[in-house]
Amino acid sequence: MTLAAPRHARQAAPSRRAIHAASLATLIAASLPFAAGPALAATPKDTLVIALAFDDIITLDPAEAFEISAGELMGNSYDRLVRLDANDTSKLVGDLAKGWTVSADGKTYRFELKPGLRFASGNPVTADDVVWSLQRAVLLDKNPAFILTQFGFNKDNVKTAIQASGALTLTLTTDKAYAPSFVLNCLTANVASVVDKKLVLANEANGDLGAAWLKTHYAGSGPLKIREWRANELVALERNDAYAGAKAKPARVIYRHVKESATQRLMLEKGDIDVARNLSPQDLEALAASKDVKQTAAPKGTVYYIGLNQKNPHLAKPEVREALKWLVDYQAIGSTLMKNIGVVHQNFLPQGLLGAAKDNPYKLDVDKAKALLTKAGLGQGFKLSMDVRSVQPIQGMAEAFQATAKRAGIDIEILPGDGKQTLTKYRARSHDMYIGPWGADYWDPHTNADTFVRNPDNSDQAKSKPLAWRNAWDIPALTGQADAAVLERDGAKRAKMYQAMQAEFRKSSPFIVLFQQTEVAAYRSNVEGLKLGPTFDTNYVFNVSKK
Amino acid sequence: MIGRLAATARFAAVVALTYLGLLAATFFIGRVMPIDPVIAIVGDRAPEHVVQRVRAELGLDRPLTTQFAIYVRKALSGDLGTSVLTARPVAEDIRKTFPATLELATCGILIGAGLGVPLGVWAAVRRGGWADQAVRVMALVGYSVPIFWLGLMALLVFYAKLGWVGGPGRIDVAYEFSVPTVSGLLLVDAALAGEWEAFGNALGHLVLPASLLGYFSLAYIARMTRSFMLHELAQEYIVAARAKGLSEARIIWRHALRNAMVPLVTVIALSYAGLLEGSVLTETVFAWPGLGQYLTNSLQNADMNAVLGATLVVGTVFIALNLLSDLLYRVLDPRTRAR
Repeated sequence: MTLAAPRHARQAAPSRRAIHAASLATLIAASLPFAAGPALAATPKDTLVIALAFDDIITLDPAEAFEISAGELMGNSYDRLVRLDANDTSKLVGDLAKGWTVSADGKTYRFELKPGLRFASGNPVTADDVVWSLQRAVLLDKNPAFILTQFGFNKDNVKTAIQASGALTLTLTTDKAYAPSFVLNCLTANVASVVDKKLVLANEANGDLGAAWLKTHYAGSGPLKIREWRANELVALERNDAYAGAKAKPARVIYRHVKESATQRLMLEKGDIDVARNLSPQDLEALAASKDVKQTAAPKGTVYYIGLNQKNPHLAKPEVREALKWLVDYQAIGSTLMKNIGVVHQNFLPQGLLGAAKDNPYKLDVDKAKALLTKAGLGQGFKLSMDVRSVQPIQGMAEAFQATAKRAGIDIEILPGDGKQTLTKYRARSHDMYIGPWGADYWDPHTNADTFVRNPDNSDQAKSKPLAWRNAWDIPALTGQADAAVLERDGAKRAKMYQAMQAEFRKSSPFIVLFQQTEVAAYRSNVEGLKLGPTFDTNYVFNVSKK
Repeated sequence: MIGRLAATARFAAVVALTYLGLLAATFFIGRVMPIDPVIAIVGDRAPEHVVQRVRAELGLDRPLTTQFAIYVRKALSGDLGTSVLTARPVAEDIRKTFPATLELATCGILIGAGLGVPLGVWAAVRRGGWADQAVRVMALVGYSVPIFWLGLMALLVFYAKLGWVGGPGRIDVAYEFSVPTVSGLLLVDAALAGEWEAFGNALGHLVLPASLLGYFSLAYIARMTRSFMLHELAQEYIVAARAKGLSEARIIWRHALRNAMVPLVTVIALSYAGLLEGSVLTETVFAWPGLGQYLTNSLQNADMNAVLGATLVVGTVFIALNLLSDLLYRVLDPRTRAR
């Protein structure tokens, strides 16, 4: 019996290099003059077709989903008590809630629901559904549950802490008097989405609160309902006719999983899709000249940064940390690799969040860096390694940094890896340097303060392992400041507190924050109303129409 | 009779051992990879207690040998576990993705063998002539040009510029929900439902990736056919046949090819297995939701149940097609039957 594969079969095996080469090939191809093609293969008029790489989706259950693409689906298909105002994200608007009040002691939140709301199933939306959905998220305690449990809710107290007080009224009681904006912003997160209790419980198995069923099904009340999710193939959303607000404009929204930027671009140019969402800077640039294609962009709550592990004795020196910040050519990277998809940003709070600082003091200054290294006794140079996920733009940024650091005598060895691989090492604190993105979990400054400048326990056995812990940055003072800021109920004062933390962070932290991500979508010119939001769950597609 | 039984038992043992080896290799490679499968499930920011709970739920806190024993026991009962990425049983995922690959690979091999064999014969007969050179160049190109490059070029020309064929994906959105799933083979299902427009559309989408795969297997099959035919044409029985005055066509097609077919069947079967194994890059370029894409995604995301399940299917395909080619061998070559 022969079990050897013929050569052409082996040739078909995937390789990262091959995939990169594929992109290159497309670039070459794209530069070929294009004759006008035949008639467009237009998509149906009432259907919006979006190409998106959504291989990150692992569940459709809002109590569990914590991935970017899933966030977008939830944002379009589930309602929650409150929602970010798409036009001004510093404001909140009622979604299911008609109104809310906060008690004088700052611990009890009372919500009143809009009357006459219905789930897509036809069941009425009641306070009981809201209460049960929030309790369910706490009881299941999946990945995003911490967004709710940070208010002191746990399995034992959640039934009393979150209660219905009438058919359309409910109360939430937190353990401390947190800033109301913090509590309410957390309630805009997907984990606070309201599910149809009756429908979910009808599909419960072994007391799992419907978790297994909801992974692949839908039980919400949003403007669109999820009809089907075929992993790595398509997601089909349909207009929810039971929705009480303005009806969704498209009858159907179809997301097609297309990974390659080049392929997305081809399909967009042909009219096989209406919107392309994962285009490379080069493809975006090439499309800028097309009169059939438009682009829209929005700054996102994601920052790209380099983490410097303080367990490395060189990196633990303040001068070295600062020197490295002067060794990044922010402008050059910004005008090439990050062109159209990011802006220079050197603070842990992305623009758009309360208190986000705008100061970007660092630029490439090799002499300054050299002087700092000499002061640290490392004027002769030294070696470091950096764990780098082999995807763009991360890889490109790492290579650019490697080149500029070399000019000051720092030899950086790039250790390429797959995302999960580099992350495994990073979480174990066994890296020298790590480069990657970090996105806000909910639209409140505490989300990033909690991870970048809070580290309550720097021991290896710590229960909480934020980014400051991963880089072994022991910061009792900043931790205290972050804890105080989240309790400050005066918005203006609170913003100042975050600005102070960012000033300290820029100066002394083991984090080189590089860019804030800009998300860009390219769409056919007959598409109207497409506007990306600041978070992934505010990329609304229910109000997009086609001429 | 006893000899046949012993042969069957030996064969069964080889299959069982192959499977076990396959399981063990993928399982242990998966476990020694510097990737924590828990990270794949909980993501970048889950609190530590959630990480620990998921680790225990997956049984990853147990000794490796126990984990392997549990896995083998489950696999034997047809339970391939649940995929992290799709939240569905792996067996169900494979049932859904495999038909897409089957449809693509079958069309590919039909094109590859249907053209590759006659071209190989032609090249052998015209050995050294321009036809032989042309076939060799074609085979060489098919053999050495990266498939993704050719795929993108083909998309640019035939889809983007000329508009002759459908683009990436299996079918246009307009027809997405018009074909009820019966077999999972879109062409078959569309025909069964009488949805001829959808059938045409699906065929339009299939043409390019299938031709591309066909070309690659053609290159290999044509080369092998040529060399097997040259071997046969140099045999004495061909000289004898010519001496008897048989027509050249009859000599080539009836006698030489018939004998060349014996090893060629294995070549074709293995080419087919190679295509079925998941033509990963083709599926990526053409956004084809088949087993190849499923396997790549699972690998990239440390979705070990899915990786193991898909590998098992690939192994099964290889074993089954090997078996089939062995059987065909016997049918085509009476000498092997007599032994």
